[in-house]
This record gives sequence, C-alpha cells and structure tokens, in this order.
Amino acid sequence: MAEDAALPADLLPAAFADWFATRGWAPRAHQLEMVARARAGRDALLIAPTGGGKTLAGFLPSLIELAQRPPANTPRGIHTLYISPLKALAVDVERNLATPIREMGLSIVAESRTGDTGAARRQRQRVKPPDILLTTPEQLALFCAWEGARAYFEDLSCIILDEIHTLHSTKRGDLLALDIARLQTFSPSLRRVGLSATVDDPDVIRRWMGFHPGGGDSAPPAVDLVLGPAGTPPIVEVLLSEGRVPWAGHTAQHAMAEVYEVIKKARTALVFVNTRFQAEFAFQELWRLNEDALPIALHHGSLAAEQRRKVEAAMARGELRAVVCTSTLDLGIDWGDVDLVIQLASPKGASRMVQRIGRANHRMDEASRALFVPANRFEMLECQAAREAIAENRFDGDPPRVGALDILAQHVMGCACSEPFDALALFDEIRTSGPYRGLAWEDFEQVVDFVSTGGYALRAYDRFRRIVKGQDGLWRARNADTILRHRLNVGAILSPAVLSVRIAGRGGRAGRKVGEVEEGYLEALEPGDTFIFAGQIWRLVGVTALDVLVTPAPASDPKLPSWGGSKFALSTFLAKRVRELMFDQSHWSVLPGDVREWLKLQRDRSLIPAEDEMLVETFPRGKRHFMVCYPFEGRLAHTTLAMLMTRRLERMGAAPLGFVCNDYALAVWSLNPMDGVDLDALFAQDMLGDDLEDWLAESYMMKRSFKGCAILAGLIERRFPGAEKSGRQVTFSADLVYDVLRRHEPDHLLLRCARDDAATGLIDVARVGHMLARIQGKIRHAVLDHLSPFSVPMLLEIGKERVPGAAGEMILAEAAEDLIAEASS
Amino acid sequence: MTALARTPAPAPYAFAQSPCGGLEMEIMGAALRMRASGALFDLAHQALIVADLHFEKGSAYGMRGQFLPPYDTRDTLDRLEAEVAALEPRVVIFLGDSFHDGRAEDRLSPDDAERLVALAQGRTLIWLVGNHDADGPRRLPGQVVDTMTLGPLILRHEPEPGEQPGELSGHLHPCARVSSGRGTVRRRCFATDGTRMILPAFGAYAGGLNLKDAAFAGLFGRPPLAGALGRDRVHAVGWRSLTSD
Repeated sequence: MAEDAALPADLLPAAFADWFATRGWAPRAHQLEMVARARAGRDALLIAPTGGGKTLAGFLPSLIELAQRPPANTPRGIHTLYISPLKALAVDVERNLATPIREMGLSIVAESRTGDTGAARRQRQRVKPPDILLTTPEQLALFCAWEGARAYFEDLSCIILDEIHTLHSTKRGDLLALDIARLQTFSPSLRRVGLSATVDDPDVIRRWMGFHPGGGDSAPPAVDLVLGPAGTPPIVEVLLSEGRVPWAGHTAQHAMAEVYEVIKKARTALVFVNTRFQAEFAFQELWRLNEDALPIALHHGSLAAEQRRKVEAAMARGELRAVVCTSTLDLGIDWGDVDLVIQLASPKGASRMVQRIGRANHRMDEASRALFVPANRFEMLECQAAREAIAENRFDGDPPRVGALDILAQHVMGCACSEPFDALALFDEIRTSGPYRGLAWEDFEQVVDFVSTGGYALRAYDRFRRIVKGQDGLWRARNADTILRHRLNVGAILSPAVLSVRIAGRGGRAGRKVGEVEEGYLEALEPGDTFIFAGQIWRLVGVTALDVLVTPAPASDPKLPSWGGSKFALSTFLAKRVRELMFDQSHWSVLPGDVREWLKLQRDRSLIPAEDEMLVETFPRGKRHFMVCYPFEGRLAHTTLAMLMTRRLERMGAAPLGFVCNDYALAVWSLNPMDGVDLDALFAQDMLGDDLEDWLAESYMMKRSFKGCAILAGLIERRFPGAEKSGRQVTFSADLVYDVLRRHEPDHLLLRCARDDAATGLIDVARVGHMLARIQGKIRHAVLDHLSPFSVPMLLEIGKERVPGAAGEMILAEAAEDLIAEASS
Repeated sequence: MTALARTPAPAPYAFAQSPCGGLEMEIMGAALRMRASGALFDLAHQALIVADLHFEKGSAYGMRGQFLPPYDTRDTLDRLEAEVAALEPRVVIFLGDSFHDGRAEDRLSPDDAERLVALAQGRTLIWLVGNHDADGPRRLPGQVVDTMTLGPLILRHEPEPGEQPGELSGHLHPCARVSSGRGTVRRRCFATDGTRMILPAFGAYAGGLNLKDAAFAGLFGRPPLAGALGRDRVHAVGWRSLTSD
C-alpha cells in the first residue's frame, strides 16, 4: 500500500501507458495499486483527497478489462456499475470518462441514468445495456425491483461506489448495501470498489462494504485498503475581526465588511453557511456592501432547480466571484477556479469542513485556502479548535451503523417485485451486507410479516397480503398493482413537502415561480409580512394548497421567519477540543482580545471547568432563578437533556418555567431557587429510563420520525399515480395513525423503527448517555449572585427560540384569551 | 376574510367554560355543551351527538394494500364509550358518515360490533345517514334516519347552504389552525356562528378541513367561533386568531 511498493511494470497495457504519456502524466501509485487489486480479484476501498485522480483510479481496472475482452457473439450485460450520491455527479463522471475512452479509441459505451434520463434512453438501456452504467442508489433500487433484474446483472464484474463516506452512515447507505448484496447473488464474482475522501476510521467503511462472514467487528475487514497520497494540507485562518466578536447570534453581521474585502481579493470564493436563512441574510448583506458590483450569487436547496442550475453553469464558466451557499454545494462536480472557501458561523465538525475546504482548488499540489468567520464568542473557540484539528489531520468519525428495519421492509418488497424469493435464502443474502450483518431471524420474520400484512397482532389483513407465500414455499408480490405502487415509493430520501413560491398574478392566481420552500419555512409569517427569499424581499399574499403567493416588496426591513442555528450538531470530537482549548489558558493567545477578556472574566467571576468536567451555574435574575449547564454536546443532545431535567426539577419542587439550548450550553429558569438542588441526583444516569420513554412517546419528534419510517417502509405512500398527495395531508394522517398505533400496539415494528430514528437523529440519546457517564462525579457547581460571562449568550437567546410542538396547548389557550380580550374591549 | 373583518362588530359570542373543560352555548335556545372529545351534548334531551366516525376507514385502505393499523374502530369506540360513561345520555345520535363505506359494517370485528350492541342497552341509537354510508347500518341496533329534529334543532349530515338557524351538522370535518411566534397548532374544532353548528369529526382516522377553507364560505352569518379541541378542554378561538393552511 505504500507509495513506493513495487508494482509489476506490465500492469498497464501499452495503449493505456501511451495515453498517460501523451497527456504528460505518469500513472499514480494508487491508480496502479487499484489495477493490481482488481487483477487479484480483491475488493478495495481507495481513500484519497480531492484532485488525486481518484475517479480514474476507480475506473482504470474496468477500462482495461473492457479494452482487453474478446469480441462476443451475443450482446453482453453491464460490466461496471458506478453509483454516485448525486445525479449531477453521475452525469459529470460520464462526461469525464468520455475523454480517455475517446482518446484511446476504446470501444466502450458509458452512459448515465438518473431520474432525469429520458424515457427512450431508459428503454434502450434496458434492452441494450451499456458497458458502464453511471447511476444513483435510488435508480439501483428500482433496477433491483425489476422483473428480470437477475438476468440483467448476471455479467456484472464491478461496482464502483463514489463518495462513499457521505452514504455509508445513512438510510440511503442501508438500501445501497442491501442492493449490493443482491447484485453479488446475481453475479457472484462481482468486485466492489469504494472511493472515499479522507475519514477518521476507514475500517468502518471497509466493514460496511463487506466483511468475512462470522467475523465480528474486530475481525480484519475483507475489503483491501488503498491509500492515495496525502494532499497538501489546507491553509486555514480564523477571521480575528477588527470589530468586537458578538456575544451571541449566528449571522456574523459584524464581520461582513471584512468578508467582502476578502472576496474582492480572491479569484472565486465559496461562502458556506449553515442554514438557508443565513444564506439569504449573508447574500443580502454582501450585496448591500457590493459597491464594485461583483458577480455574487446565491445557492441553496429552496431555490428553484433552474435557478440553481444557472448559478452552477455561471460558476463553471468562471463568471462568478462568489457564491453564498449551504450544504447543497458540499459535494458535487469540480469547479477548478475556486481559490477560497469562507465558512460563515460555526463549522460544527472537522470532517465537514475538510469536505468544504476541498471545494477550493482541485489541484493536489496546491494548498486549498479557507477562512473561518465565527459569529459569536463560543464559535470563536469552535473555529480555533476546528482549525487546529484540520492542521493535525484529525477528523470526527461516524459510528458504524445498524441497518434500519423500515429500509429492510422496502427492500424485501422490492425483491418480491423482481422475482419470487425463498425467505431463508434472502435472509442469508441480507446478512452479507455490512449494516445488516447482525440481523436476527426474528426481526427478519417480523419484517416479512409487516410487508405481507402490516404485521399487526390483530390479523385484520391476512386476506389482503401484499406478498403471498406460494405452495412452492416462495414469496411473490400479490399482483401488478402492488408492484406498480412499490415502484412509485422506492428510495430512502425523504424530501419534506415543498410549496412553490410564486408571484401572485391578477385575481390572486399563481404566476411565475421564484423557488420552492419546505413546508413550515414561512410558518410564523402572516399575509402582509415581508421576508427575504432568493435574494429579494417579498410580501406574503397568501398560501394555497401548493403555492406560496408573493409580491415584490420594496420594504427595507424584512421580517424573517426564524433564525435558528444549524441543523448539524457540533461533533463530539470538536466539542472535546473546544473544552480543551477553553481550559488551557496558555492556549488563549490564539484568541482575539475581547474573547480572551471574556474567558478571564468567566474564570474570575465563576469558573472554567477542566476538559472532563461539566460546569453548572445557578443564579437569580429578575424574579427568576437560573441554572445554566455547559455540556458542549450539541443542540439536539441539550434539548433532550433539558426536557428530561425540567421533569426532574419539577419533581424536586423547583417549578421550572422554561429552557433554552444552543450547541454549547443549556439554561433552565424557574420560580424557586435551584442552588440547593442535588446535582448528582439531577444528572443521574437513570434519567434515560422511564422519564425518557414517557416524554418521547408524547413528543412531536416521535411523530416526525414515525412518518418517515412509515413512508420508507411502504405503510404510507409518497404519491399515488396521477395524484400527488400534498405534504400536509401526509403529516396529518401519519400523526393520527401514530396515535392509534401507539395506543393499541405499542410494540409494533414501525414504532420500534421510529423510536430508534428519534433516538439517533432527533434527540441524540446516545450522546446524552455518554455525556451523563462522562460527568459522573465531575460536576462543578458555581453558586453565583448574578449571571456569569458564559451565561450571557444563553440569556440573549431566550425569547428568540421556538419550541416546536411543545407549546400547542399554550398557544390555543392564548388564542382563547385573545378572544376574551377581544370580547371585553 | 378581510371583507368579513370589516363588517360592523356584532355582539360578542356568549359562551361559558364548563367544569369538565367543555364549552357551553345556546343555539336557538337549546343548551349545548361542546366536549373536548369532539362530541356535543344536548342538556335538555340528554342526547350525545357525534359526527363522522368513519368506522373501518383503516380496513378500507387495507383492502387496497395499504395496511394502516386496524385499530381505528376500536379507538373511536374507546372514546365514544368514555363519553357515554361520563354523561349517561338517553340518546346517542350519529350525524352521518359513521361508516367509511357501504361494506364497512360487514368488516367490523365481532368484538367491535358487540360493543355497539352493548352501547344500545338502556338508550336509543339514532343513525343519520351520510354520503359515505347512504344506507346506514343494517344489523346494528338503532334507528336509521335522513334528518331529525331535536327540540328547536334540526340535525342533518351535510350542512345546507345559506343561513340555517338551528342546524347541527357534520360532513366538513372542521379544523382550526392557530399560529403564534412559537409555533402552529392545528386541531379539530366545533364551528358555530351562534345560530348553527358544525361538529368536528369524531373518527380516529378522519382528516380535517381548515375552517378558512372555501367550503365553509357562506355557511355562517358572521365570522364563526371555533371551539378547538385541546387535551382536556375546548378552547374558544375567535376568527381573527385563525389562519389558513
């Protein structure tokens, strides 16, 4: 694996060696290594930085095999299947692959197939498969649910999984892993190739890709590891703003003039933010400062697709000086000209930042440049910690994943749509996929029963089975209608229901489309209110079933729906580094003066906890009493902790009234003093027992995750042929279904799925658990007369926070009071 | 909605919160109590009125291969029995669409059918027919009717257009949506202008239609009051506090 490992000289056929030579290239060591592994019939994971010729390394063995294969009498099936997490990337790779094929004069057909591919081409691909097919996990799942999938893929020699680090720890990854296992059954000699950016622990991905049957998590992975050259380390700086670093907030408004100056000096800059609101805000601010009228564009997931394509095309032509964007541009096609990445507000994790920084400068021998712009004081600590982690080449890791059962249900249905299956054989096949290697037979049986009848204790649907076991012992889909309905619901991507934003025409009719917003985006707005969207200010006219109607508004002070922080939680790894930096006073020199001053004040007036300790402060303020804790475990974990703490504080007689959380801390306020609360009892680990279950069962988070599971598992359909169900109807009925199921069959498979999802994705139970274990006996309590420097940002957030779902009864009661006021005025 | 808001302010609605969390109001002189369950109680006649139960909606989907939990009938019955136990009504009136479709009665589990029979012990059941159950139940106890009067009130499934003093109806499944800076709630609700009333759907799987939807236009003489169903009380919510979807 080392770069200088001796590789046989004849690895590359003459045509290939010549091609490299005419381009003035020498094949890189890891490219040859991939050819060698393929020749030995080994599965391999290649880890290499952006710009290292990674994609070519993945395809090179296939191109050689295809170039050398003898002519055949009959048409052949697909030789290599390439899977990309993004449609655009599949299309881009198709284009890039055309160059070597053309220049070497190879007779190889490489074609992409995505949701956007036309019907004629799709049909032709089915009848006459290309040698190399480039597609997405969702399309692969559809292929696998085809009648005739087995014959279609029986010649498959290689599957290439690109950007696999973005998929393996998700439900899309679960579905992909199951389909790979399926393909391996169709074509036993199939070779698996993974391409990944640098990750914390490559073994997690290697085990996801394949493993020795019977080997546990400690067994050596069955997939070889090939390491590309280390890229040039990026140059990362943190903006030490000349203005003061604000106490709180997420907008980095204070630094916008400096950001603009930096953009002016760069060739092309990508300005990453964490939310769409921040994107709109930053875009607006930059244009306010844009005296030179630099071409600065905006790119986020709520903009209409055509508009995003336009920005991407202008970018590719090198016409833009900056794009303000969200995670929509984390991944994707290469744009050579980007020379600077700016991260506005907190980076949240080191790996995500490395990915974003990699968007600047796709040449390996030149360092990428990045600038972090913290929006508040805690973020200043976080940015410094991230900068240092990146310099040390340290990353946060994704834990290995256990495959979700809702996805398994979808897969089982897909298998039945393709051909009759034997339950035992399918079970064995499924257990060869990484995420499901530990699947229990009982769980599998339950999933099959769920697919067949809904899996209810009350056997109401035995007559209406979706899959039926025949006399031959094989399971088949009930009929063509069942198959059609399944095909319309394939995939593991849950897109929130979207409304089109359209300009209101005459008579309130919907006019030109400006973009799309997720349902709920404009929830807090009333008709007449103004807001920023797609870089312009609009007045809300009204909302119809499918459209948000707006008119352009000249208002100068738009009302924004919500500010919120990032949807990404601060990573565990980065949080630890922030705590270390905070405690180590000799390290403070990297921080600007006002942040240092703030830390000193905190040290003198309260205290700064050691890296492994948790600080809890209690103090009175106004008529309230406050408790502020600083676990640094991310907003999700803090919200969960705060919900559970307030239940306990209630029982302890503190009469808590409310709480607020951010990524670093949480604050609870109450009627009664909390100085005397037994903190060891308050933070005892049994907090995650009954209290958690009671709260969770009633929480909107369970409803939200239940809805997702119900759609993925096929209980609730995404859409009917011809009649798109609006998202609101889905939400509504899914909630009703959840309530009924919870009352009458609380152990049902889908409730288990929903609970697991909520525990990992929405409330971060595991992280709360680790944190409670970490701080046992290490809680530092500071009883204060008044608020501390650290607590100020928390107190500033009070009142800005929305508590979704929790306040329902209160909102109704207030509305009723309004009515009384209305009546008595 | 702006047009309505500009009309001269009518006298405030007269209602009172009852100790059970319900909301009491008179319609054409008949004293009615809106219950947090979504049922309506006529105090003079000791009559419990429920609308749009949609029994066996779950199994109607199940027949088509979409296996919603088959517990909706059971769940609806649980809540209906609780109301009967709490109020001991002499009459239970179903305002139509009690069954999701014409064959729903045949799909009732034997247990659920028995519970309906037991409900008829010592009281009368009256089944108004609706568009989903045009024939009403065939084997269950009780009387099947198109419409009926109850003192000054006239009961029917679908509200008649225009002003209809004294009418109680269902069919539209009214919902109230209230937004505040902290979030939005959408709940089933009673809707009344003081002269007629539309009941919320009582069935576990029955969806809801926003009171601001065009389907409600022209039914009320003035901006209606919503009796929104809270956890254990009915919240009187004024027209101005309501938002559309």
